[in-house]
Amino acid sequence: MKLLAFAEQREGKFKKSAYEVTQAAGKLAEQLGGEAVTVVVGNTVSAIAPELGAYGAKRVIVVQDPRLQYYSTTAYAKIVAEIAKKESVTALFLPASQMGKDLAPRVAAKLDAGVAADCVALNVEQGEITGVRPVYAGKANITVKVTSPVKIFTLRPNVFTASASNGATANVEQAAVELTDADFSAKVTGVKIAEGRPDVTEASIIVSGGRGMKGPEHFHLVEELADVLGAAVGASRAVVDAGWRPHDEQVGQTGKTVSPTLYIACGISGAVQHLAGMSSSKYIVAVNKDKDAPIFQVADYGVVGDVFEILPALTEELKKKLHK
Amino acid sequence: MKFIVCINHVPDTETKVKVGPDGKTIDKAGVNHMLNPYDEYAVEAALRFKEKMTGETIAVSLGGDTHKEALRKALAMGVDKAILLKDDSVRDSYSVASALAECLKTLSPDCVLFGKQSIDYYDEQVPGLVAEMMGMPSVSVVVKVDVQDGKIVCEREIEGGHEIVETKFPVVLSAQKGLYEPRYPSLKGIMSAKTKPIEERTPSPMASKVEAVTMSKPPAKSAGKIVGSDVAAVPELVRLLQEEAKVF
Repeated sequence: MKLLAFAEQREGKFKKSAYEVTQAAGKLAEQLGGEAVTVVVGNTVSAIAPELGAYGAKRVIVVQDPRLQYYSTTAYAKIVAEIAKKESVTALFLPASQMGKDLAPRVAAKLDAGVAADCVALNVEQGEITGVRPVYAGKANITVKVTSPVKIFTLRPNVFTASASNGATANVEQAAVELTDADFSAKVTGVKIAEGRPDVTEASIIVSGGRGMKGPEHFHLVEELADVLGAAVGASRAVVDAGWRPHDEQVGQTGKTVSPTLYIACGISGAVQHLAGMSSSKYIVAVNKDKDAPIFQVADYGVVGDVFEILPALTEELKKKLHK
Repeated sequence: MKFIVCINHVPDTETKVKVGPDGKTIDKAGVNHMLNPYDEYAVEAALRFKEKMTGETIAVSLGGDTHKEALRKALAMGVDKAILLKDDSVRDSYSVASALAECLKTLSPDCVLFGKQSIDYYDEQVPGLVAEMMGMPSVSVVVKVDVQDGKIVCEREIEGGHEIVETKFPVVLSAQKGLYEPRYPSLKGIMSAKTKPIEERTPSPMASKVEAVTMSKPPAKSAGKIVGSDVAAVPELVRLLQEEAKVF
């Protein structure tokens, strides 16, 4: 049995998910008595491909072309599907990132494969891979199996471990896939990256603000705390809909579902839609003046009080403790 | 031009999920359904495209009779026609996409719009599957779109930024929150939606490729501790985060 991992890179740098996906595929291959291969697609990526060895990759297939500088749905899908066919793989693993979620269905249609999307755990049961995935924004989990001959799994970023071991190396091979203009029928011509804080879906710490912040002018308190921790800034639906914060910060059922190590909810009461989006965080801290707010029912650590006093104090205390 | 928006009817976001008797799906008893929130952005985009480029808007939904409610809402917002692909079977994304593609091929759309995902199963696959099945380019998670002389320039959300994507009609787009503010149906729209016919079609059956084995509620978080009140609790909170949770 052969498994294929897709290692996401942008701008010639691997995303953390590349290591997570590579390692998860490697572990499953071991359990199944099979082999795992990783594919890397991009422009100048052969230089970084050997890094994957530290995460258990034994073989890495590199497809590079100047036209692959930016992600392209159709071209990337063609490449991944062709490699999967050439290698006769039975299962593919991609990150459930914006790239992986865009790519997986395209590849699936080319390979007649079912996709178990956004898995938070993968197991082997009776020789078959099963995936556990949150549905209804985390209000329930389903365990799924893929019944098509080729199976695809996308893995939620930040959930699977990626631990590097020194000294392990990967064999890197180049592969060529013929590309035509038609493969770039939707063409990425540029990328605008907001400078500064990490994205909520990638951050290991998120500091989120809700209606209790009382206005956009007070969000600097949330931002300052986030910056001491190198954290992302999140927001509840209420404050996004009120126009206080941008859409891409919204956490919850109609926003992002997140699983950081630490989630600090500031002035968020904890509507069921918000809880669904963040309750799989490893540790939750809630700061709210209402001791009966539902957020305290999911919080590991709660502080009852005024966010306008507690946030600055917390920021100062952390600066001291973390020597910043 | 023909702008087709594919919509879903999903459990209300207020729904408190209970596992149903089959152990694989939710208990639908007492659950209210709504037009999938992301699909409202797609409906709005279809209406704006028509206003700008002239043509026709059609809403398509796959499901049982209850999906007519979602179609009526789209009609009330201003969509010209509605088609229900009447089907009560349990389908995975692949099977849904096949049924939609089968219908779309008979309609020759210039643009197929979706919400970026349904808020029930979070698969986020149907737009990409349909695009591949139709042989059309696609841009997912679109937050901005500009059409000039048949050239389409989209911004799609990625982690920490946007990709600028250029493409042409015919195309499949999936809408993210922020693309456009969906309009409220006017009273006139609501009244006329009641009388507009909904065409019913029967999609071909197709087996699923992904099967649920079990559904369960996530382990309930054990009630945490209240560290304390007000600023006095801050040093203890930081100590717990450092020494007990070891998060930094």
